[in-house]
Amino acid sequence: MAISFNVNGRPVSLEAPPEMPVLWALRDLLNLTGTKYGCGIGACGACTIHLDGKAVLACVVRLEEVAGRAVTTIEGLDPDGNHPVQRAWAQLGVPQCGYCQPGQIMRAAALLAEKKNPTDAEIDQAMAGNICRCGCYQRIHAAIRLAATGV
Amino acid sequence: MQLQSFVSLREPWATASAAVASSADGAFINVSRRSFLEALGLAGAFVLATPGALRAAETWPTGGETMPHGLVIDPKVFVAISPDGTVTITAHRSEMGTGVRTSLPMVLADEMGADWSRVKIIQAPGDEPTYGNQDTDGSRSMRHHIQSMRLMGAAVRMMLERAAAERWGVPVAQVEARVHEVVEKDGTRRAGYGELAKAAMDLPVPAIKDILLKPESAFRYIGKGNVPLYDMKAIITGKAIYGTDVRLPGMLYAVAVRPPVYGGKVKSFDARDAKAVPGVVAVIEIPGTPEPAAFMPMGGVAVVATNTWAALQGREKLKIEWEDGPNATYDSDVYRKTMSTIAAQEGKVVRNQGDVEKALQSAAKVIAAEYYQPHMAHATMEVPNATAVVKDGRCECWAPAQSPYAVRKDLAKFLGLDIRDVTVNVTLLGGGFGRKSKGDFAIEAAYLSKVMGGVPVQMMWTREDDIRNSYYHTTSVERIEAGIDTNGKVIAWRHRSVAPTILSTFAPAEYQFAIELGMGLVDNPFDIPNIRCENGPIKNHVRIGWFRSVSNIPRAFAVQCFVAELAHALGRDHKEFLLELIGPPRRLDPTAMGIIGELWNYGDPYEVFPIDTGRLRAVVELACEKAGWGRAMPPRSGLGLAVHRSFLTYVASVAEVVVEKDGTVRIPRIDTAVDCGFPVNPERIAAQFEGAAVMGMTLCFHSAVTFKNGRAEQSNFHDYEMVRMTNFPREVRVHIVPHRYTTPSAGVGEPGVPPIAPAIANAIFAATGKRIRELPIDTQLLREA
Repeated sequence: MAISFNVNGRPVSLEAPPEMPVLWALRDLLNLTGTKYGCGIGACGACTIHLDGKAVLACVVRLEEVAGRAVTTIEGLDPDGNHPVQRAWAQLGVPQCGYCQPGQIMRAAALLAEKKNPTDAEIDQAMAGNICRCGCYQRIHAAIRLAATGV
Repeated sequence: MQLQSFVSLREPWATASAAVASSADGAFINVSRRSFLEALGLAGAFVLATPGALRAAETWPTGGETMPHGLVIDPKVFVAISPDGTVTITAHRSEMGTGVRTSLPMVLADEMGADWSRVKIIQAPGDEPTYGNQDTDGSRSMRHHIQSMRLMGAAVRMMLERAAAERWGVPVAQVEARVHEVVEKDGTRRAGYGELAKAAMDLPVPAIKDILLKPESAFRYIGKGNVPLYDMKAIITGKAIYGTDVRLPGMLYAVAVRPPVYGGKVKSFDARDAKAVPGVVAVIEIPGTPEPAAFMPMGGVAVVATNTWAALQGREKLKIEWEDGPNATYDSDVYRKTMSTIAAQEGKVVRNQGDVEKALQSAAKVIAAEYYQPHMAHATMEVPNATAVVKDGRCECWAPAQSPYAVRKDLAKFLGLDIRDVTVNVTLLGGGFGRKSKGDFAIEAAYLSKVMGGVPVQMMWTREDDIRNSYYHTTSVERIEAGIDTNGKVIAWRHRSVAPTILSTFAPAEYQFAIELGMGLVDNPFDIPNIRCENGPIKNHVRIGWFRSVSNIPRAFAVQCFVAELAHALGRDHKEFLLELIGPPRRLDPTAMGIIGELWNYGDPYEVFPIDTGRLRAVVELACEKAGWGRAMPPRSGLGLAVHRSFLTYVASVAEVVVEKDGTVRIPRIDTAVDCGFPVNPERIAAQFEGAAVMGMTLCFHSAVTFKNGRAEQSNFHDYEMVRMTNFPREVRVHIVPHRYTTPSAGVGEPGVPPIAPAIANAIFAATGKRIRELPIDTQLLREA
């Protein structure tokens, strides 16, 4: 039976096993490759997406869990890169290799949607699940602060 | 329309044969076939040429000329200008996070007078005969290619000027290139680069000796740090294409199980249940390669499916019996003891200056310590992967490859194809760190496509595969003894290194080779009369590869921690004592240091990149000044210092740590002073050193891959942890020593890592009185009693 849900504002319907992680449905079935694989066990955050506006890890969310719900991926956050988080990322030159950044940006965007002006500790806690092997944390932190306050 | 005119303009230049033809008629010099120096007619380095507003640059030889396929200095290979003015520059080095795909084209663009907003970058496939060396590692890209990028940019600028002068019928001296246009100096006429493109690119390329470079004062991008990453927008909108993001019509997805023990083989397997998983198309055994396997596949069993999830499910259902082979007894605890035993004995002498035995015997005091580091895996965020199509006697591959031409050669060899029938396209790399220098994963993909009759196959390693089957950073024991005389002077230094060697991945080998010995062992710059370095033999039991900074990591850790131990034992300030050991500012003479064989100087000429203790001292001073060395620290807080020259760059770091009651170490600040010669893109240099501090902290507290029964005990980020946002160096301040262009640019990608762990370890001692001699640090030992 097909599983229907909404991705980046468009309805989709997939004939796929209900237990398939959303990560692979997005990447392999819908060609939305902005959401990345990093660990497959919910330990690195590279696959962070929004499910009804909340940040979730696509590698551990099953397809059946998103039925009837709204998924936003990095491709749908702002395709022109004008979301305040994306703008802050560009302004501070956050990425190095860039591979983890879609996940970092989605996590940061979800945080700021919930809390307009998070404390340093709140930023740390919210971002704790997202690994950056290049080590861009200092700039990620600063960019979230910039996106939140415009300073 | 635009695309068409662009293609038609570019086409004649795009092929290697066109380059050869131009070369033959002497229109330009292809340095890959002639020595760069010979081409320049220069016997020595640092030659100054014609003065004037535009002058030939000071030039110097680099190791870039002696790398395979050397340097190609041919603007018709690297640059195209379309009639709308778009300048297309080819990036031939791989982008793995250093920014090189931006920075090298930026150099060329500045020199040619291009407006960066009108520059497009395309990525070269693996084709060294056309582009010159493409092996993106060793922190070599900028130091080897900055001069050729400038020459090509200047040649294009001169061709545009000539085209404008010819169009206007005036001497070329009456025109000059500004930003993306050529103007007549009296201001009457101007023409954009697009208008001039066709005529300019039809002109012969000036000979290298006639190329006039910009004066440094005219740089607009070089040295400024004002050019954002070319791929920024693609990255932040999720459109950037890494290896795993390649999608081809009809492509299948593969994962594999590989031997849990290096050198192991599949004895038998049962694929019935795997094949029954919906979506699984095939189960295929990949042939293994006997040890030493170099970059050839380890072998194993692959599951090919219509999507990754099906492939993973199928893999779960495979039943495989392994024949483990001789490495099944590999045990990290036992191995460590063996290394320690070997380090206690005399090894092969690799440097012998003065008489260490005699000096140790005459010393008033002898202090010794041993330092240990386990294996590490690179854990690039993007796992190893590649996509390939092999059919009709041809292979096309897409891979996040650090060395795409090496991958192409290996593919040709494995598939038995002519190299001309193999194409390797280079995607962005989601991290490299040396892992993606090896193309084993690309060969696996190609093999599967071939067996599947030419279906495109993407082979993806899972994180577990990546941690369990890596080309591991070596594990090592470094044992140092120092003899101190009655005046508290260090008169003897004996350093023994025992570590499985990278060579063992290519041929049976138990001793380290010059490249490893030159990374912080025999190149030790200390002003001590008697220095002996020894290397004890040990056999590898896993694939040893290079990991960002390579042997410099354990060496800097051992040497810089040991110096702090000596300073403490002698009641001296660490910084003052370190400067005393380094000695007065001087250029070391490597032929007078007792080094057995030649010093490996990162593949670059020593006269251009000598060991300069003045520069080493200066970064110590700078880091200490910026960090406020000597300031009073609260209880359980401390400052720690380390300095290390690697990849021809001098780096000192001062770490400030706070050790909490439960042993958690927090790092409020790291000050890193960097002397990498002329800083070409300071903004990206800062980024590299900020990131190096994080990687340094990760290896300090987390990174260990250990083995039992030949099998890696770790598998994913839950047991092979990384520094995260909850505890990272809060503020990394990068202080770049300013230099003019004439101080040759040196390495940036790697040299930031080595000083971090010893700086942190020394700071922990300052904070707690606990000595650290082992990585990763067991923070349980740091708990308050």
